[in-house]
Amino acid sequence: MKVRYFAWMKRTVGVAEEEVTPPADVTTVGELVVWLRQKSGGHAEALAEGAAFGAAVDKRTATFDAELAGAHEVAFFPPFTGG
Amino acid sequence: MAVRVQESDFDVGAELERLTAGNKRIGGLAVFVGLVREMHVREGYHRDRVDALTLEHYPGMTERALEEIEAEARRRWPLEATLIVHRHGRLEAGDRIVLVAVGSPHREAAFEACEFLVDWLKTKAPFWKLEETPKGEKWVGAHAEDDQAAARWNKK
Repeated sequence: MKVRYFAWMKRTVGVAEEEVTPPADVTTVGELVVWLRQKSGGHAEALAEGAAFGAAVDKRTATFDAELAGAHEVAFFPPFTGG
Repeated sequence: MAVRVQESDFDVGAELERLTAGNKRIGGLAVFVGLVREMHVREGYHRDRVDALTLEHYPGMTERALEEIEAEARRRWPLEATLIVHRHGRLEAGDRIVLVAVGSPHREAAFEACEFLVDWLKTKAPFWKLEETPKGEKWVGAHAEDDQAAARWNKK
């Protein structure tokens, strides 16, 4: 699946997007976060526990207990500041 | 009934003309135009001035989120016409960022729905502001006031 990062998270991770193949026991957004943290120092910092960020699965806002089954694209981003 | 996300500026008069053309049931049109405000932010002993900002967004999700917000407004109020135009990319102080226009037979619905749309798009549409200051770039943090403004429209 594709993982995308926005705003400051993109700079902290170091890439805007990446293709990942998490193991079968990673079934929720929250489990994906934990798995992604070990990829690099930037990942660990951007996705740190307590950091304020949200997620979307296939371009719809998702909670951390949302299932990943069938997902093509998961995105992580800071709180929105538009308008 | 339209949502657009674009880099280019918009002409408010022309947009309103198009929105209301041929619809004689509209008795009131409420319009909000958001501009880039020149800001002075105090930080420690230094004073930062925001000269410009870059608006990043999530193509695909942004349009969908705005369409959902628009659909929610139409469920809550009797609306004849709605338009949301939101810009992205680099904008300077004084530039237009967002246009929200709502037409209804009566003004109360137009005013309320317009305010609702602005409040919700600030907290539910995936946009992020990066400010340029003389000291460098800085990502804007979310404001608790915006969350409170959006929350007052939550159904009890």
